[in-house]
Amino acid sequence: MATEELLDEHFRVETMPHIWCPGCGHGIVLGALMRALEKSGFERDKTVIVSGIGCSSRATGYLDYDTLHTTHGRALAFATGVKLANPELNVVVITGDGDASAIGGNHFIHAARRNIDITTIIFNNSIYGMTGGQYSPETPEASWATTSPYGHIERTFDLAELAKAAGASYVARGTTYHVNPLSNYMLKALKKKGFSVVEAISGCPTYFGRKNKMPTGTLMLQWQKDSAVPRTKADKLSAEEMKGKFVIGELQDIDLPEYTEEYGKVIKKAQERRR
Amino acid sequence: MKEPVVKLMQGNEACTEAALAAGCSFYAGYPITPSTEIAELMAERLPIYGGRFIQMEDEIASMAAVIGASLTGAKSLTATSGPGFSLKQENIGYASLTEVPVVVVNVQRVGPSTGMATSPAQGDVMQARWGTHGDHPIVVLAPSSVQETYEITIEAFNIAEELRVPVILLLDEVIGHMREKIVIPDKDSLKITNRKKTDARPEDFLPYKADEDGVPPMADFGTGYRTHVTGLFHDETGFPTGDPKKADALLRRLHEKLDKAKDRITLVEEIETEDADIVLFAYGSSARPALSALRQARELGIKVGLIKPITIWPFPEEVVDRVAKKAKTIIVPEMNLGQLIREVERASRGQADVIGLNRVDGELFKPEEILEKIKEVR
Ligand SMILES: Cc1ncc(C[n+]2csc(CCOP(=O)(O)OP(=O)(O)O)c2C)c(N)n1
Repeated sequence: MATEELLDEHFRVETMPHIWCPGCGHGIVLGALMRALEKSGFERDKTVIVSGIGCSSRATGYLDYDTLHTTHGRALAFATGVKLANPELNVVVITGDGDASAIGGNHFIHAARRNIDITTIIFNNSIYGMTGGQYSPETPEASWATTSPYGHIERTFDLAELAKAAGASYVARGTTYHVNPLSNYMLKALKKKGFSVVEAISGCPTYFGRKNKMPTGTLMLQWQKDSAVPRTKADKLSAEEMKGKFVIGELQDIDLPEYTEEYGKVIKKAQERRR
Repeated sequence: MKEPVVKLMQGNEACTEAALAAGCSFYAGYPITPSTEIAELMAERLPIYGGRFIQMEDEIASMAAVIGASLTGAKSLTATSGPGFSLKQENIGYASLTEVPVVVVNVQRVGPSTGMATSPAQGDVMQARWGTHGDHPIVVLAPSSVQETYEITIEAFNIAEELRVPVILLLDEVIGHMREKIVIPDKDSLKITNRKKTDARPEDFLPYKADEDGVPPMADFGTGYRTHVTGLFHDETGFPTGDPKKADALLRRLHEKLDKAKDRITLVEEIETEDADIVLFAYGSSARPALSALRQARELGIKVGLIKPITIWPFPEEVVDRVAKKAKTIIVPEMNLGQLIREVERASRGQADVIGLNRVDGELFKPEEILEKIKEVR
């Protein structure tokens, strides 16, 4: 399908224009998701898309699905209720880096640990966009944000590693520069049973870029191109060589019991014992 | 119709059984004394009926999960106590603005903070009303016995479903843990309300366009309506709006739908208020010693009455106003330092003296101390 047709199909075009700034990467991430949803074969009327609060989380308003724009950080908790109450539904979560890793960090860990069949797309733009450029747990070390006026002293949180350790079935990281593989990871994530995460490195020229010598969309893309290292290559590099860079690719793909299926067994057990 | 079943039951257990009888099929919670029995019983009972239970990572998540579940059409319950009730507040506001039916039980314990986990209090009466930010509508119910807990839990679900509001059920440690005789009505005799579902075609459906009663019909997720639900102020389409007129209309409608239903949802019991010079105003477990004090006072020939509100929000101001016209004094025993008394003062409009009687030591009132107060003000 041509992009125009895809837009008509998956978007609420009447809600346009969107709120994102010129050069923002979030539209590219959402485009990649739209293509993945198209290929997934998910029935649109049986798919619920849930988001938190932030620039990225506004995406749900634009998508022609059942959509739930929740509270800051809590998208996965709402989504867990949706999915467990009706496991027939496909559930996708859209979240920002701050939304997912700071205020919502605990929900992220536990959704992964339960391995509940939810696909989470993290729009990681290295900053709090919505509130105007404060640092997030994903802000690269030694960069600048409005709340780190003397330089950022905190270490960056690797959300993909966190998801892996917490027991997610599928974990991948891509960028808005490498948009085709990004969309492919999303497709795999949608189709994977269990908790799946795709971290999309997105650009925020307005708030992150401007303070860090990348004030345009193109410069943000250039930074992604220069900093992303494919997993196969990264495996051979030392920590020193990986400094200031990040890994992209598929980082985990394992099969584990899925939560709502396990709960289905609980229902069976409870009903049998009762008989 | 079958014979009603008579049982000895704990308040928390009655709450669970009533929730199931009301059709609750989803529970999410986080353990906290003195509410934990509700979670434990739900974990055991829900799957038997094909319902679903989950212990979330905290109360914020629990509140979020019940809202998510309710949007798929499941009647949903969460239960907690003080500290957990504080954590739930942001998402209670979300349910209020997005009009998602949910029932939230708060088995009150002494606070602030960790307080006294196993002692009763009525310190969350104002928090139940105003705990979340913004000028939101809410319904708060406070039963005073195990029997009432059963009946009012069903009522809580009915109101939540009918009006699309979060309903707070305020128990306290004594009501939650006390065992009492309870008559469980036959299922067929129960009045159960289910949410209004839309019959519009998906292309014509406006998810936040209300009917005459102020309540918009719902479309469950997964039924082809593709609705947008947001905590941003929205118009009838459900999409965000910054239009001051639409914002104003939304918040006013949320309040008006409760105003329109006020007579039906404001449950108040009046006991011997007709000829009373002194009227007790007591709710929850404080209503029990208040009733005993009333009986003792009547035996002494003192004309005492009792207003026992079960719905504390919306506040039953008409009843208080009417009673205050005749009574000389209204005594308000509360297990806090004077919360609902302010409403009693406001509603009685200076027509009667309003006097508080307060305990915050985690102990119930004794009938004698209320009787003492009655004698003192006579
Ligand atoms: C409880 C709460 N705290 C703070 C905020 C303010 N707030 C809104 S969005 C946001 C951060 C968003 O950053 P991120 O999740 O990275 O998404 P982005 O906007 O960059 O896409 C914050 C702090 C809020 N809405 N709610």
